[in-house]
Amino acid sequence: MTFLEALRETVSWVLILSGGFFTIVGAFGIWRFRDFWARLHAASITDSAGMILMMAGMCVQAGFTLITVKLIIIGVFLFITGPTATHAVANAALVSGRRPTEAPGLTGTEPQR
Amino acid sequence: MRLAGTALLLFVLWLLMSGLYKPMILGFGAASVVLALIVTRRMDAVDGDRIDLRLKPLGFLQYLAWLMVEIAKANWAVTKVILSRELATRQHLFAVPYSQKTDLGQVIFANSITLTPGTISVETESEHFLVHAVNYHDDDIAALADMDARVTATEQGAAA
Repeated sequence: MTFLEALRETVSWVLILSGGFFTIVGAFGIWRFRDFWARLHAASITDSAGMILMMAGMCVQAGFTLITVKLIIIGVFLFITGPTATHAVANAALVSGRRPTEAPGLTGTEPQR
Repeated sequence: MRLAGTALLLFVLWLLMSGLYKPMILGFGAASVVLALIVTRRMDAVDGDRIDLRLKPLGFLQYLAWLMVEIAKANWAVTKVILSRELATRQHLFAVPYSQKTDLGQVIFANSITLTPGTISVETESEHFLVHAVNYHDDDIAALADMDARVTATEQGAAA
């Protein structure tokens, strides 16, 4: 194994393992939080850090190949659809009358209409 | 001109996705590009709806780089909350005004808010978004106003 190969393996595994760490932290957060709104935030860790780091790690593994191009296309797609889906879920909850529990001393803004 | 551009883009995308360069497969690719173009032209006759991409390319790339750093910072902040023993949350729903002129700019701002963990854009209203924060901090309003200004700066035709 040459130095460059070893470097590539190291970098990609660091990226994939840290992506896995954030994915697990997101799942752990969904389990620990007790209400809907907080759980959404835990899920978005898996969505952003977990997804980006794992994709980057897989790109480094694949090197300059068509697989990397496809991974980047998938990554861009998830980067746009992930928050859009989160917004849709949160918006549906708000519209159907669910309000987040406000922290003591704070009052939430009521939606218009 | 626009048609040729679309055809070229579609074919390049198809080549990248397939990775097979035999004549028959290439023929299938060309045929599917032609089919896609015919379908889009017919659909254009029904509604000529188009989305204008009024973005400064370089400015947008700069914004993306900045956003990545913000995402990393926000991820770490929420990770600390989840792993903390007492699970200290400070939930709050608040209004964040936006200054983007185009629909695309507003979408980018709202999605950026959601992409940074800890804040989610919940509702869009005429002048502002409703944003939910899991661990609200008094600096959050200023930080989001800064993000708002940065998104607006990437819009084309915005006061530079």
